[in-house]
Amino acid sequence: MVLCAEPTVSLPLNPGEEGGGTLRAVGLAAGAMNRMKVDEEEYWHSSKCKAFTFDDEDDELSQLKESKRAVNSLRDIVDDDDDLEKFSWSGEPVGSISWSIKETASSSSNAPEGRDSGLQKGSSSHPALPKQASSYSISSFFKGRNKLGSFQSLSDALSDTGVKSYAPELRRPKAEYKDYTSDWSPKDTVRRMQRGKICSLERFRSLREKLMLLDEAVAVHDGNVITAILIFLKRTLKREILFQELEVRQVALRHLIHFLKETGEQKLLLDLLRFLDRTEEVALSQYREHLSIQDAEKRREFLKGCIRLPFSSEDAVHVLDHYTLLERQIIIEANDRHLEAAGQSEIFRKYPRKASILNMPLVTTLFYSCFYHYTEAEGTFSSPINLKKTFKIPDKQYVLTALAARAKLRAWHDVDALFTTKNWLGYTKKRAPIGFHRVVEILQRNSAPVQVLQEYVRLVEDVETRLNLAMKYKCHDVVIDTYRDLKDRHQLMAYRCKVERGSAEEDKIDSILSNLQIRWKN
Amino acid sequence: MENLAESRDRGCHVIGRAWRGMAAHLSSGRVNLTALREAGRRELREFLDKCAGSKAIVWDEYLTGPFGLIAQYSLLKEHEVEKMFTLKAGRLPPADVKNIIFFVRPRLELMDIIAENVLSEDRVRSPLRDFHILFVPRRSLLCEQRLKDQGVLGSFIHREQYSLDLIPFDGDLLSMESESAFKECYLENDQTSLYHAAKGLMTLQALYGTIPQIFGKGDCARHVANMMIRMKREFPGGQNSIFPVFDTLLLLDRNVDLLSPLATQLTYEGLIDEIYGIQNTYVKLPPEKFAPKKQGEGGKDLPTEPKKLQLNSAEELYAEIRDKNFNAVVSVLSKKAKIISAAFEERHHAKTVGEIKQFVSQLPHMQAARSSLANHTSIAELIKDITTSEDFFDNLTVEQEFMSGIDTDKVNNYTEDCIAQKHPLIKILRLVCLQSVCNSGLKQKVLDHYKREILQTYGYEHILTLNNLEKAGLLKLQTSSRNNYPTIRKTMRLWMDDVNEQNPNDISYVYSGYAPLSVRLAQLLARPGWRSIEEVLKMLPGPHFEERQQLPTGLQKKRQQGENRVTLVFFLGGVTYAEIAALRFLSQMEDGGTEYVIATTKLINGTNWIKSLMEKLEPPPF
Repeated sequence: MVLCAEPTVSLPLNPGEEGGGTLRAVGLAAGAMNRMKVDEEEYWHSSKCKAFTFDDEDDELSQLKESKRAVNSLRDIVDDDDDLEKFSWSGEPVGSISWSIKETASSSSNAPEGRDSGLQKGSSSHPALPKQASSYSISSFFKGRNKLGSFQSLSDALSDTGVKSYAPELRRPKAEYKDYTSDWSPKDTVRRMQRGKICSLERFRSLREKLMLLDEAVAVHDGNVITAILIFLKRTLKREILFQELEVRQVALRHLIHFLKETGEQKLLLDLLRFLDRTEEVALSQYREHLSIQDAEKRREFLKGCIRLPFSSEDAVHVLDHYTLLERQIIIEANDRHLEAAGQSEIFRKYPRKASILNMPLVTTLFYSCFYHYTEAEGTFSSPINLKKTFKIPDKQYVLTALAARAKLRAWHDVDALFTTKNWLGYTKKRAPIGFHRVVEILQRNSAPVQVLQEYVRLVEDVETRLNLAMKYKCHDVVIDTYRDLKDRHQLMAYRCKVERGSAEEDKIDSILSNLQIRWKN
Repeated sequence: MENLAESRDRGCHVIGRAWRGMAAHLSSGRVNLTALREAGRRELREFLDKCAGSKAIVWDEYLTGPFGLIAQYSLLKEHEVEKMFTLKAGRLPPADVKNIIFFVRPRLELMDIIAENVLSEDRVRSPLRDFHILFVPRRSLLCEQRLKDQGVLGSFIHREQYSLDLIPFDGDLLSMESESAFKECYLENDQTSLYHAAKGLMTLQALYGTIPQIFGKGDCARHVANMMIRMKREFPGGQNSIFPVFDTLLLLDRNVDLLSPLATQLTYEGLIDEIYGIQNTYVKLPPEKFAPKKQGEGGKDLPTEPKKLQLNSAEELYAEIRDKNFNAVVSVLSKKAKIISAAFEERHHAKTVGEIKQFVSQLPHMQAARSSLANHTSIAELIKDITTSEDFFDNLTVEQEFMSGIDTDKVNNYTEDCIAQKHPLIKILRLVCLQSVCNSGLKQKVLDHYKREILQTYGYEHILTLNNLEKAGLLKLQTSSRNNYPTIRKTMRLWMDDVNEQNPNDISYVYSGYAPLSVRLAQLLARPGWRSIEEVLKMLPGPHFEERQQLPTGLQKKRQQGENRVTLVFFLGGVTYAEIAALRFLSQMEDGGTEYVIATTKLINGTNWIKSLMEKLEPPPF
């Protein structure tokens, strides 16, 4: 506030507006009351004290713009070199780690080989793809993968960190294994593992010892060690025994489930979940696998198999629908691809398909079918009505989608038919399950002409909404008629100034204003 | 300091932040967090020096951000790091160095890439380079096993871990930046990240003294406290003789308050995060609103690269406005614009040499302030465009209706409309979950309706995501006929009708009406104590507890008159900027009596939080 008294301010800045638009949306009355409480200083410096409108946004926005302009104009006075930190071309601050990576990497790409840049680009989308040309046999990549439990190797993994060992590992002197003979208790073993030291688990042969080991690991809450011991148990215990013991050790159980998910050991995971009677989880876990199947036909087959799985009753319905939808899409896709290729169908010629319909959501499929197959008889798989019935699509959803599709094609006649109902006397009536203001919005988004638009604006029931929409989209007739019906002479006169001079609208207003039969309310 | 050195190399002016030193903002708070950063740097140097000779670092890209908060490139360079690459499949780029060091998170998929790098390396290079691997934050037996399976484990000379558990983000803020912590804890029941949290707290206690009092609410909180107590018992040598800096530790489970992250944050920093996403204190912004570098260059070619800015309290202006409700920001900015314009005007009045000299000496500072102001007016403008949009307003209206308890038990029209218009799925999920949380679960009919609409519009495969949300408790069926939320809301005053956004008198200003439950818990704990809300505490999930850690008599604190207590609030599963703002507000209250330092597993907002719970779906085939 002191600032305003500053004599040197030469810039045309607005005084600070403390009572600006609020982000508060609810509690209008309470908000207004709160405004009464603002202290006096605030009151004097705020031009508006409204609760939740954004209508002073212009002021705030212009205030912002003004401030920005002022601040930027100062730039000329001082050096241009104005950033707080130095930024490189890529926008990373100079000296930051991510900047340095680019910097040092790009200098190396000037090296004669110059292959890394291309390599990096090309390979980023296919991580971990083994090189076919490698002199290492392919099998070496997969070595031990399917027998993840080969545990001697894990004990290797635990070798002391300081030891220098050059590949291949076979060369490692036997002497290094001497620690294995040490007789560590389960407790000591876990301690050592926690510190990343060598430990042989093979010594623990009895079930009792193995379980002590596991319990000890669980007690120290080190997920890393718990998992390592679980891998050992998984390899050395009978499945039934492992499952039974884990059932009473929930923490360890969760770790194993997580581990199996992570490493993709689907079969063992499902066995475990089945043993635990967590059937819904089994179902979902199996259903998840469909995501990795790219081929539509195979995916359909897979989903078919999922239908029988023990889902919850609601999920079961959705999974069945998923299967039915994909089945339907495969038929439609084959048919339409053929139609499009043949070039006989006008709609496909005029609006070539941008993508295949396979694996699209239901509503998108409905849109597609309203777009390309609107007039088809209910009997065909691709007809909208058939989709609606098969998937029990609610009226509201159906009308919205059909409207959007037909409006996009500018098929106004279809739009009209969508909302026309006949009663038993044969009178027609317009009805929309979604409210006509929504209809107007959708039509407007598809740039419907005013004549079409105003027909639906007129049908909006709420007078205020109707007026707003009519004004927004310049449906003059609707505005004029509404004011006439409201008998609001003042508003009508005011609106006269907004329409074009000498237009039909002006004439219409004039004739209404001069109509002596109307009993104006003002 | 790194920046300073770097800039000097390039012969540039060094002003503003760099001029005050890179980490000055870490020591500005009640607790000097520079010590933690220093400890991190020391550990890093020690590791680098173990690998003697020239080095190249291959980075797990996710780590570069967090590491940047500990050290800049110049530190690495001092320790002979000559090249740095991003970890990618295939062959390593050529580099004439003795050591190749991988800095990675312990993840199986990364191990496969490393193995590929190492294997293709051997084949093309005759002079063998030494390989090392640094796991962050912890070595993983599973990962080493994978390396072993790939036949490369023996190629690594040093395999170590770098315990980057709690990273200092600001003078009062620490984060583990573990993006999957919530999912692991509450969906998969994997406690590994809790173990890391406990380890981080032990490190913190080693530096800042044993924290005498521990409070907590929730299962994970209970767990972490147990681990801390156990760790302390098992390392009796760890009995430290440092005078305790923190008086209290408050451990809070995220699932005690699922509501706050779902609501749209309305503080300046919160909105920047909601709209553009802040990562490791940096934000990338669309460049259009930022003035071109030089006046003459304007118009010729508009900048196309996103503008990247660092946001922390080192920037004076940002520290002042970040925690304000956005509605209070514009007036501050315009006031500052006037001050600085006036200051520059002064040059016309400078007549004597002395006056001119005085003016010039102030220039660097003024210029830094000007530049900072220019950035924030531009950001405010960008945000204003969004907050004034009709959809932002409609969305906010519905959120606030739910939070104040209006119509939470039926299908919401706006949510339905958004689905019909195919708004982003995450937005829909945020709204539906918010409604569910504010109604202690949805009625069967309502829940089924939403589910069906979502699956039909966005695809059936989202059954998996919906299931995850149910498991995490974000979306649920109302089981008992009783809705507890109104009781909780009233008792804890979560909805405030008289909110003052300009000069707040209550934390509810951060959401323009809703006071974040998590922060209320902290506030009520400080005064009058949780005993006053026993009933409500029982309605929230998980146990609440209090533990005391014995201090040697010499270290027991004798509080000075009027001296504030220091409480460390640890959010297990993430915290939002709005919640942080609310805690800072409490710290600054004159009669508050408590100052807060905030720690978390991850800085989150509703969007990235929900995203972390979504099933990773294969990208569409086209």
